[in-house]
Amino acid sequence: MKHFCCRCHVYMDYENHEPLDEGSLGIFFRCPGCGHRIALITNPGETMLVHSLGVKLGGGPVEGEPLELTRITLRGSEGREGPLWSAEAKQRLERVPPFARAMARQTIERYALEHGYREITEAVIEEYKGQMGALG
Amino acid sequence: MLERSRLKQLDQEYIKRSEVVRQVEDQIARVRARMDRVRHKVAVMSGKGGVGKSLVTVNLAVALMERGEEVGILDADLNGPSIPTMLGVERRPYESTPEGALPAVGFGGIKVASIELLLPTATTPTLWKAPQGAWDAVWKGTMEMSTIREFLGDVAWGALDFLLIDLPPGTGDKPATIAQWIPDLDGTVVVTMPSKVSKLVVARSIQFAQMLGLPVIGLVENMAGFCCLTCGAETELFGRPCTEEELGVPILGRIPFDCRLTLSADEGRPFVAEYPDAPAAGQFREVAAKIKEALELKKTFFDAL
Repeated sequence: MKHFCCRCHVYMDYENHEPLDEGSLGIFFRCPGCGHRIALITNPGETMLVHSLGVKLGGGPVEGEPLELTRITLRGSEGREGPLWSAEAKQRLERVPPFARAMARQTIERYALEHGYREITEAVIEEYKGQMGALG
Repeated sequence: MLERSRLKQLDQEYIKRSEVVRQVEDQIARVRARMDRVRHKVAVMSGKGGVGKSLVTVNLAVALMERGEEVGILDADLNGPSIPTMLGVERRPYESTPEGALPAVGFGGIKVASIELLLPTATTPTLWKAPQGAWDAVWKGTMEMSTIREFLGDVAWGALDFLLIDLPPGTGDKPATIAQWIPDLDGTVVVTMPSKVSKLVVARSIQFAQMLGLPVIGLVENMAGFCCLTCGAETELFGRPCTEEELGVPILGRIPFDCRLTLSADEGRPFVAEYPDAPAAGQFREVAAKIKEALELKKTFFDAL
């Protein structure tokens, strides 16, 4: 989308854009002839439409991180760097009765994330148990 | 007041200098540059879910690899990704490098790109962020296409002899759109099983592919009978086998049911390599040989033209 100055008969230049509210944007243009400025306000759906095409507002280089768009928009992908389980820790988890295993796994994963552990080992489980014991 | 003719002229000028058009062209060029280094691009599709499409893809990849081919798999089934599990690379994160995202390297050196490698757990569903929950469904299709484009253009596949694309099941817009994003797609392999329902659905997907101008290399019939592990006797499982006359495409192979197929897939050790002497492994090798032959033949025709 481009804006055209009817007074100067030239395309307006993109200046910048700013987030306004959740998902909505203000995109600013200026006429290179008379300097008149206008703002285009997008709603969240319009913002998402542009975003989903993988294009950048105002143009410029499209080089970015590989798989950038997928990483940004996929739910849960920000937690992808979350903790992995060592084989021994997995075995310890198997000791938990099946009905409670999912809850135990999530609780320990959350603990590991909060404490900056990238891998859940037996030591992490022991630490978690120690803290729970201290609280109880 | 601007005249209509002047506006029209400006419109043409605008298209020429449109940033969106330029950026989309850049994306296409990036995909093409990656895919230019891939000798053969083959999509694996099925009109119906649950016929073993991904399992066939993985074992076909191994059979091609055994023939000395460099193979990669693009897991385009974004809502049911299973290739990483079958190749033992579950949850291996991509490494970002200046050359692109490095694909996971599975059994025997097979390169894999899958949405599964970006999900936090093995059971996390593929959902997209949107400004409001209600927008999810609206953006799903667009986001899925963007992801496929990124897998094609951003993953550092390197030079490959074969890229197998495991398409999502169905004859909806998704398999078609994905297939159309792949430049110079050599053809599709259709997977089915010998049941009337499956055959009807598959016949529809063959027609669908042909209508879209996607060449169908042939058909693989999975679960085609049961082969006794003790005496080798074959028994029909679901019904009469498919024939080339019925479907109008070559039958590339009939994979007999073998419970070890599923077990080896679950353990990330492809069946063809684990049980090289099993009849099913022989069929996978035959399918690989026929695909290679068909593609070479196609090249001969084109060269002769």
